[in-house]
Amino acid sequence: MDAHATSAEHERSHPSVGVYVRIGLVLFVLTALEVGLYEFTYGGHAGPAGAAIQPFFVPLLLLLSAGKFALVAMFYMHLKQDHRLFTGVFVFPLIIATVLILGLVVLEAYHFAFARAG
Amino acid sequence: MTDTAHAGHLETATGLDNRKLAIWTFIGSECLFFATLISNYLVHKETWLTGPGPFPHDAWTSPAGKVFEPIIEIPLVTLGTALLLFSSLFVVLALANAQRGNRKGLLLWLGLTLLCGVFFVGMQVYEFTHFVHKGLTLKTNLFGGSFFVLTGFHGTHVTIGVIWLFTLWIEAFRGKIPPAKSLNLEIAALYWHFVDVVWVVIFPVVYLIK
Repeated sequence: MDAHATSAEHERSHPSVGVYVRIGLVLFVLTALEVGLYEFTYGGHAGPAGAAIQPFFVPLLLLLSAGKFALVAMFYMHLKQDHRLFTGVFVFPLIIATVLILGLVVLEAYHFAFARAG
Repeated sequence: MTDTAHAGHLETATGLDNRKLAIWTFIGSECLFFATLISNYLVHKETWLTGPGPFPHDAWTSPAGKVFEPIIEIPLVTLGTALLLFSSLFVVLALANAQRGNRKGLLLWLGLTLLCGVFFVGMQVYEFTHFVHKGLTLKTNLFGGSFFVLTGFHGTHVTIGVIWLFTLWIEAFRGKIPPAKSLNLEIAALYWHFVDVVWVVIFPVVYLIK
């Protein structure tokens, strides 16, 4: 197969420069939202509205973080266009990693509560 | 098309380029590596040898009377985070230029990626130095230990990425990354994006969630 033809075909399978830039802007906005959320909940601009947000602060932050993670993986790492085997090789350990983190945090929280209860 | 051939490479049983499959496998293993470090941080962040407290986000006085000032600098870390995210954009733009054979564009965007990476590493060096001067070291308490290990390992990954991308920039400068060899950059870019997504998780978990 001709090298240049191959490269051109491969390039076509990737998103366009416009898509890359739009994703970059979305990532920037999501990061600004994360920091804004922190500022209005616990930071220098915290007020009554921030107090109302507090119970949802962590889930909202994790949701925004997961959104950014997915955008980078799908568009910048090309998982949306590339072969599904790559997605499998990445997502399978990612699921184990998430279960590991959640498991240990829950276990620690349980242990902490149990220790406090005496 | 399959990724077989990023040109000049032998056909494989999977029809995929072995190097690309290898980097994805490596990235998968790195997910588990960072999961252990993040779990370690989350489990230990409130386990103090010197007692519980809101430090490092807020000031705290230990039972012994030692005052710990808040040390987290959100604006600086936010800037570092934004630049790391932009570096991901820059590296895909560099890749798009490499695939089109636009050497000038490749050098420009890859150079900007490197600058962002160098700034991020510099930010972390400054932050670590600042923390040590404020009394938080690897040995101060379990928070310090787990914080420095997690962010330190991430910083090491960024440094390795900067070195890798710099070698590719030199290659590009010498005209040795034609479109047919753009996979070399794509593989490095995958590693760079992974380093970026790890920070996407670390940033809120360590710096924003108290």
